[in-house]
Amino acid sequence: MRRLLGPAGLLLALATSVAAAADKTIPMPPDHAYATLKPGPGVEVTRQQCVSCHSTDYIVMQPRGDAKQWDGVVTKMIKVFGAPVNDQDAKTIVEYLATQYGN
Amino acid sequence: MSDLSRRDAAKRIVRFGALLAAGGLAGPRASALAQDDPVLAGRPLVRYPEKTDLILLTSRPPQLETPMKYFDRAITPNEAFFVRYHVFPIPLEVDLATWRLRITGRVDRPLELSLDDLKTRFPRAAVTAVNQCSGNSRGRFTPRVLGGQWGDGAMGNAEWVGARLKDILTAAGVRQGAVQATFDGLDKPAFPSVPDFVKSLDIARIMEDQDILVAYQMNGAPLPMLNGYPARLVVPGWYATYWVKNLSEIAVIDHVFEKFWMKPGYRIPDNPCGCVSPGTAPARTVPINRMTARSFIASPVPGTRLPVGRPVTLKGIAFDGGYGIQEVQVSSDGGATWRRADLGGDLGRYSFREWASTWTPAQTGPARIMVRALNRIGESQGREPLWNPAGYLRNVIEHIDLQVG
Repeated sequence: MRRLLGPAGLLLALATSVAAAADKTIPMPPDHAYATLKPGPGVEVTRQQCVSCHSTDYIVMQPRGDAKQWDGVVTKMIKVFGAPVNDQDAKTIVEYLATQYGN
Repeated sequence: MSDLSRRDAAKRIVRFGALLAAGGLAGPRASALAQDDPVLAGRPLVRYPEKTDLILLTSRPPQLETPMKYFDRAITPNEAFFVRYHVFPIPLEVDLATWRLRITGRVDRPLELSLDDLKTRFPRAAVTAVNQCSGNSRGRFTPRVLGGQWGDGAMGNAEWVGARLKDILTAAGVRQGAVQATFDGLDKPAFPSVPDFVKSLDIARIMEDQDILVAYQMNGAPLPMLNGYPARLVVPGWYATYWVKNLSEIAVIDHVFEKFWMKPGYRIPDNPCGCVSPGTAPARTVPINRMTARSFIASPVPGTRLPVGRPVTLKGIAFDGGYGIQEVQVSSDGGATWRRADLGGDLGRYSFREWASTWTPAQTGPARIMVRALNRIGESQGREPLWNPAGYLRNVIEHIDLQVG
């Protein structure tokens, strides 16, 4: 980044680096809207529980599947990845996914 | 994960939240992808920091795919190089005054290396090598499998410069009884229950391979943040899962490391093809390792309409798991006959090898061009894809469809 700056910019960068103390800083773009979950019963619970760890494209890109597939996915998130989702919410999420992203 | 790094992770989440509120920098861009490709259809092009327009797989953690047009040449530009993170938050800033690569565990002299240390205390080594995601082309598996539904763009080739991993471990003094080294980066999960992304390699393998690097330079420039700034592991010939980004700690251990991302994650069937009958599960698995042989046609783009009788240049790349590409063949008659393509310059056995071939369409109508590579030990691409439940090791004759007349 510094390479792109002229002498004045370099001074500015040095001054900034004292404050920010970072040699490279990037912003993180927001989640893209193309992966917005389909509306339906349970969509809010699903969105809230899932997006604390990942964007919803992780859901919408998957092959369509029945309740068995989605139960496997949700169980993996809880058991393997330690997602703090209670039983009631897990059931709601599986029903939502099997309905909106079922085959 | 230490308490300190947990706090860092928490800080990064706060920062991310602020950026979300501010709308971030990169807005959505219109999709400009071949709608004929069912895997890529509908997926937007996005521009992330230090990156050009790439195909979005996931926003967070980010997974970005390189458009096929960049594979008409041996070296993939840094700004077009694919991105794949496993856990969120990812590192968004690095301060070289405090960043250190720590060498810990069963060593005589634990080290804390600055970037300058990496550059000055160890001989500078270079290798041109393909970095390909284990699940590249997973979206093309039949029957389909869960996981990142990549097209074919989770791969790239760069000249990597850095310090040899074996030199670093030798400086630290690997003790008797050391079995593996583990590799951890600055990316840390939001919750302590989520397995941190840590990978391992055998010490024996590290010490006999001159080409495994801790790379701080990519195609002559510092690494983009999203490709591992300030340093990443480079494991030529092996899938990208081992090429840990934003590297922060190497620990030498006296056992085989079997945490999530080594087991059960990133495993392949324990047999010579790494495959099972479609829809079945393997009895035994091993960690994924060396890449299969592949080749692609990057030009012309699929669906191009070509005139009859005018020669056109077919172009693309081929690569394998490090034995080197011996031959690339193309077919325009459904695989009945194959002819040898011209190979570009040899950038080493781990690199993309450019290929080109002239083809003159003889008749109007749809045409299919097929390509297959052959490496120096006879590995190639078959007519039928091999299958495994995780969608790894994609290996099949590739093709494009064109229109003539």
